[in-house]
Amino acid sequence: MAKIDFLLAGVGGQGTILASDVLAAVGLRTGYDVKKSEVHGMAQRGGSVTTSVRWGIKVYSPLIGPGEADFLLAFEKLEALRHIEMLRPGGIVLVNEYAIPPLSVSSGSDEYPDDERLRAVLGALTPNYYLLPANALAEELGNTRVNNVVLLGALSHWLHDVPLPIWLEAVRNRVPPRFADLNEQAFLVGRQEMEKTHPCPRV
Amino acid sequence: MERFLSGNEAVAWGAWESGVRLAAAYPGTPSTEILETLAPMPNVYAEWSPNEKVALDVAVGAAYAGSRAMAVMKHVGLNVAAESLFYSSMTGMEAGLVIISADAPSMHSSQNEQDNRHYAKFARVPCLEPSDSQEARDLVGVALNISEQFDTPVLLRLTTRISHCYGVVDLKGTRPPERTEKPSYCIDTQKYVMVPGHARRRHPVIEERIHKLAEFAETFPYNRIELQDRSLGIVSNGVAYQYAREVFPQASILKLGMTYPVPPKLLREFASQVERLIVIEELDPFIEQEMHLLGIPAEGKSIFPLCGELDQQIVRECAIKAGLLPESAQVKAVQPEKGALPPRPPVLCPGCPHRGVFYVTNKLGLVVNGDIGCYTLAFLPPLGAVHTCGCMGASVGVAHGVAKAGIAQHHVAVIGDSTFFHTGMPALLNVAYNKSNTITIILDNRTTAMTGHQQNPGTGRTLQGIETGQVDLQTLVRAMGIQRVHAVDSYDLKEVQAALEDCVQTDEPAVVIARRECVLLPEVRKQWLPLRVNEERCNGCELCFHVGCPAIAKSDVLDAKTGRPKARIDPLLCTGCEICAQVCARRAILFRAQVSED
Repeated sequence: MAKIDFLLAGVGGQGTILASDVLAAVGLRTGYDVKKSEVHGMAQRGGSVTTSVRWGIKVYSPLIGPGEADFLLAFEKLEALRHIEMLRPGGIVLVNEYAIPPLSVSSGSDEYPDDERLRAVLGALTPNYYLLPANALAEELGNTRVNNVVLLGALSHWLHDVPLPIWLEAVRNRVPPRFADLNEQAFLVGRQEMEKTHPCPRV
Repeated sequence: MERFLSGNEAVAWGAWESGVRLAAAYPGTPSTEILETLAPMPNVYAEWSPNEKVALDVAVGAAYAGSRAMAVMKHVGLNVAAESLFYSSMTGMEAGLVIISADAPSMHSSQNEQDNRHYAKFARVPCLEPSDSQEARDLVGVALNISEQFDTPVLLRLTTRISHCYGVVDLKGTRPPERTEKPSYCIDTQKYVMVPGHARRRHPVIEERIHKLAEFAETFPYNRIELQDRSLGIVSNGVAYQYAREVFPQASILKLGMTYPVPPKLLREFASQVERLIVIEELDPFIEQEMHLLGIPAEGKSIFPLCGELDQQIVRECAIKAGLLPESAQVKAVQPEKGALPPRPPVLCPGCPHRGVFYVTNKLGLVVNGDIGCYTLAFLPPLGAVHTCGCMGASVGVAHGVAKAGIAQHHVAVIGDSTFFHTGMPALLNVAYNKSNTITIILDNRTTAMTGHQQNPGTGRTLQGIETGQVDLQTLVRAMGIQRVHAVDSYDLKEVQAALEDCVQTDEPAVVIARRECVLLPEVRKQWLPLRVNEERCNGCELCFHVGCPAIAKSDVLDAKTGRPKARIDPLLCTGCEICAQVCARRAILFRAQVSED
């Protein structure tokens, strides 16, 4: 493929940067030119954050424009809704079925959008959207923090050209050695979950 | 060797590989990671200075002493260091000096988006601008060579999308051999003592230097013409070049790696080779205006926006509007009807020690002149407790000015520990000297939190984590002449309130040092203990929601009498700071001791 653009969206502190590091390493290992863009500073403090990773023969801009992302990886439901227009119509969306209500919701001045609205909006852009219980699956492994790697595992199912060992190596390299096995498990759980529900990837 | 590096990491590598011996900085987004990357490398001295002016003076000193040096700051830091930029431009130095300015188009974590290329022109120093991580690495060494060849500091201007974007970088992995003998110091008073008599002789020298640099720019390899389809010619720089190349893959481009001074002949030559000439640059029409001064007609800001950063989408849409691209070039994006979404601005973290202090200033109805740091976020609802924020160290001077303007009510300045050391100290000295009833609250969370936990003169550790002396705030403040000084625990609402009430009832300068470690520091994380709500006691009065903690939410359980939702504490987010427990009138939120007992 000439290019693959990934937009990762979540809440500051959720581990989007780690996930984007793994994606960048996998792209490079597969032979692509890669650029990655992050946001630091104020926005990290519980705010809405996005990170972009671009694979291509030659990548110029480090950013992804509206309608350009081939994949949207959302670590939180509301953030999937917020950034959905970045997706190329028909692209693939993976959403962690997990809600972090912003302050305006917990203080009662706003309402958190329900799943019906989420599905309707995502569905208007693409039939290829998937809600995965990444936090719940991570909790079964004993550590909810690896939900980001569960979601990466699910994503890997849609990139079947990339051999599994490249993914696992990239994951293991990016986490402290004592968490390497846990993260590998999390990755495989996510990948299997996706395989179970959608055995034949169309990409 | 190839590495995948951010622009900031690449700058650190470039500095190390070109033999920089000293680097000094004050942390600030988007520049912070440069020194953090450089600090552990061998044979280089790196420090966090208390502010950018000190950092630049330190770097100038090293360059006077014959060592290659680098000063690093965010764009607004160069305002603080501006005086040092101007004198160092006048004196020149004995070894290379590069000043890194990381500018912040779109202000992701800044108060303005000033374009620091103007400083280069203002101070008569050259300005280099990389367009990716590889060039960020390369241009540090190039800047140092130019600095030595032309006896001038060199400004290396990054922007957020250079600093924080990653790309493949080819590194050498080595640096020039270290010198074996101690350097001798060169005394040259005519060059380095800027009294009027000497300065008058230096001014023509630096004007002549800029002319020579403009000639040098004509053949500078990072000023490069990519000649393709000649119907459109684009002059571009920095990350804007990447957007230009992506949107116009066939166009001819003159890419400027040195944006001040510009190369007149090269620009004229390029202009003569293309039919329509445009400039694509972020923020100010800097290159565009330099071209206009040379009499080269080019369109720029009449097509592309002046405010905010660019991206390929903005460049494409503007180009379509200007007739440079057909309508069909539009990317097919769908804007689905999704209704209004609850915003998610950055917030004070759960367990943040600043929260309690602001809860109390609110309760006492105090107007707060704020400063730069995480605590600025207390301006947001539901706290709404910070009422001004301008720049580093402004809080104390502004509050003093308000007091001297004759406002009846006491004014409070709130400033963090690192910001106090940065530029708050002279302002507090002024409060003590000129006597106003300003109440200064120093939020001492034992770190520089907003930029990601850097050390400062109050933490007792250096950039490398090595133990050093730590300033005692109480002693310091008393030595300045403040007699009414309270030291309180930020988590103890009663103590904070008593201290502030004492300050409010007097008419003299007062300082409250509110101390409690940032809740995200590793040693503090170990003590996290989520609190719980006793559902039988909670009647949904909502008092705890007013502290604005992301860990407290409305539960699905309604109080039988009032019909209001009861409070719920998210065990993944709560750290157990007990601010909400102290606020709860019905004792429905369990304290740590009660939670441990259960």
